[in-house]
Amino acid sequence: MKRVQFQSRWVPYVLLLPQLTIVCLFFLWPAGEAIRSSFYLEDPFGFGSTFVGLDNFKTILSDPEYFKAAAFTAVFTFLVAFFALSLSLLLAVKADKVVKGATVYKTLIIWVYAVAPPVTGLIGAMLFDVNIGPFTHLAHDFGWDMRVGVNYYDTAFAMVVAAVWNQIPINFIYFLSGLQSIPKAVQEAASIDCRSSFKRFWTVTFPLLAPTGFFMLVINITYAMFDTFGLVDVMTKNEPANNPVTLVYKVYADGFRGNDLGGSSAQSVVLMIVVFALTIVQFRFVERRVHYN
Amino acid sequence: MGRIHLEAVRKTYAGNLEVVKGVDLDIADGEFIVLVGPSGCGKSTLLRMIAGLETITSGTITIGERVVNKLDPADRNIAMVFQNYALYPHMSVYENLAYGLRNHGTPKSEIEARVQEAARMLQLEPYLTRKPRALSGGQRQRVAMGRAIVRKPDAFLFDEPLSNLDAKLRVSMRGEIRQLQRRLGTTAVYVTHDQLEAMTLADRLVVLNGGQIEQIGTPLEVYHAPASTFVAGFIGSPAMNLLPAEVSGQDIRVGQTRVASCAPEGIAGAVTLGVRPEDVTLARDASSGVSLKISYIEELGAQRLVHGTVEGQQLTMAISPSEPLSDTVEIAIASDKLHFFGSDSGARLNR
Ligand SMILES: Nc1ncnc2c1ncn2[C@@H]1O[C@H](COP(=O)(O)OP(=O)(O)OP(=O)(O)O)[C@@H](O)[C@H]1O
Ligand SMILES: [Mg+2]
Repeated sequence: MKRVQFQSRWVPYVLLLPQLTIVCLFFLWPAGEAIRSSFYLEDPFGFGSTFVGLDNFKTILSDPEYFKAAAFTAVFTFLVAFFALSLSLLLAVKADKVVKGATVYKTLIIWVYAVAPPVTGLIGAMLFDVNIGPFTHLAHDFGWDMRVGVNYYDTAFAMVVAAVWNQIPINFIYFLSGLQSIPKAVQEAASIDCRSSFKRFWTVTFPLLAPTGFFMLVINITYAMFDTFGLVDVMTKNEPANNPVTLVYKVYADGFRGNDLGGSSAQSVVLMIVVFALTIVQFRFVERRVHYN
Repeated sequence: MGRIHLEAVRKTYAGNLEVVKGVDLDIADGEFIVLVGPSGCGKSTLLRMIAGLETITSGTITIGERVVNKLDPADRNIAMVFQNYALYPHMSVYENLAYGLRNHGTPKSEIEARVQEAARMLQLEPYLTRKPRALSGGQRQRVAMGRAIVRKPDAFLFDEPLSNLDAKLRVSMRGEIRQLQRRLGTTAVYVTHDQLEAMTLADRLVVLNGGQIEQIGTPLEVYHAPASTFVAGFIGSPAMNLLPAEVSGQDIRVGQTRVASCAPEGIAGAVTLGVRPEDVTLARDASSGVSLKISYIEELGAQRLVHGTVEGQQLTMAISPSEPLSDTVEIAIASDKLHFFGSDSGARLNR
């Protein structure tokens, strides 16, 4: 590769400046602010704050509500990642085999990706609406008295469905391109060596997709934990009390609804640590990412 | 048993694009058949139809005693070696060799024995635990060969297996493939567009052109009696000279020059005259009457290729590098080595 040498040694920094400004302004500064205020008790009426050390952390770690939200987040993340990944893989494998009308089929799956999470939430809320939602009616037909927004488990169910639906397209795109990057001759060699296409999938196709799959797993965990905020907000209908909420949503609810800025900051510091851990896992993986051939 | 029989085999792709146009071929058990032809003539397509990787539009393919038209590739008991080897990148060399056997329900001890035997035959023993990415091109090629032989198939199918190797390795692998196939006695169908590879490997050559068989025969038959101008031009390097000529009685003329007077019975009028470069020599006496105006010379070391024109027609001769040359030389054409082809049809006329 040809190396470009800058005339002035300031030019690279100037070119980086906009990006650095954004990172500082919208990431580093708020993060620092959050860490600072997690050690303070904020007066609910905004009359100053008191340094309380690790008290905020002690409070949240002894709060059963916090653990309930943490448990829900874990289950929710697992379910969303599992179903979003497996369903999109299934769709991608099928789409890879489609010859006729492939473009239509792919477009139909991919367009969902253009829907933003809060809109997903709105559509989900509509589909699962207690009075007019078609899914609610369907559930009723099967004898399930579904009350999304009222019943904890029903809301959780609707949230998982909407989140999975929203996340399938991006997974689909990655899996499809992953599948198409597997050399055709390798698939053909396998079809000579192994009669069962099911077995072939698990012994050849799936292992060759594993690098893509692992990357997607991290993306999906991040999505389920953090990007579903808008969806949770719409689905819980601003009544987080009896409804399942994720940790990210709880940060918002406690901080801006409950006016407990210190506690909510402590929560976001915990989440920051989670993000940090996830990032390390992903970088580690990308570093030693399996490059076949 | 590895007899392969093709009967009126055709392949039509979407849009009525016919790429294999009715091929009949009978391959005996243990025979080494090479399909050769220019790029795009349908060699790979034909091979892939035998393998079952491509559907057969019409006709029948029989392997052993079974018509395999509707059989899965895995059920045809064939093994294929691909151009880019198509090894399983996530499996070790051992697993690559064992994979097919496992899926065919071969007992464990038998798998172990066969893989070890193949590894020994192909000198792959030191690499059994390695992944393909840690192998050289030649070693990958051997693994691909090994994967084919452990299966003990009815037939080996090769699709240009050597074209990714450097020239030297290609020659040595060529020899190994030939020996291995002889030793195992397994039928082989080998696709290449390299005519040298075709000549050296084949028991019988099948020359394809535009989806049709132009000629089937042993390498020497094809070389010495090409069935058409196409085959004449394709097999042999440097290629056979093809000159428009006129036959009247015994005389064969190119333009105004009489190049020989030994035309066989029954050939008259306009023909295409074929002469191999090595059948053209410098004339002993200066009165042969055929003069070659030299355009340029290629030195090959053992041989010298002299390119020039006779009566404005291109002609190449291969002669010893020691003979002195001037701008124009008198040449003689071996009269018993002439090939006559119909000037329109291109089909062979003599013998
Ligand atoms: N899936 C396909 N759809 C349409 N046409 C195809 C398809 N596959 C191959 N062809 C055409 O069929 C013809 C024969 O292809 P084939 O691959 O058999 O050639 P080949 O003799 O193996 O050539 P090469 O020496 O370059 O490998 C080509 O003209 C090719 O364009
Ligand atoms: Mg080919």
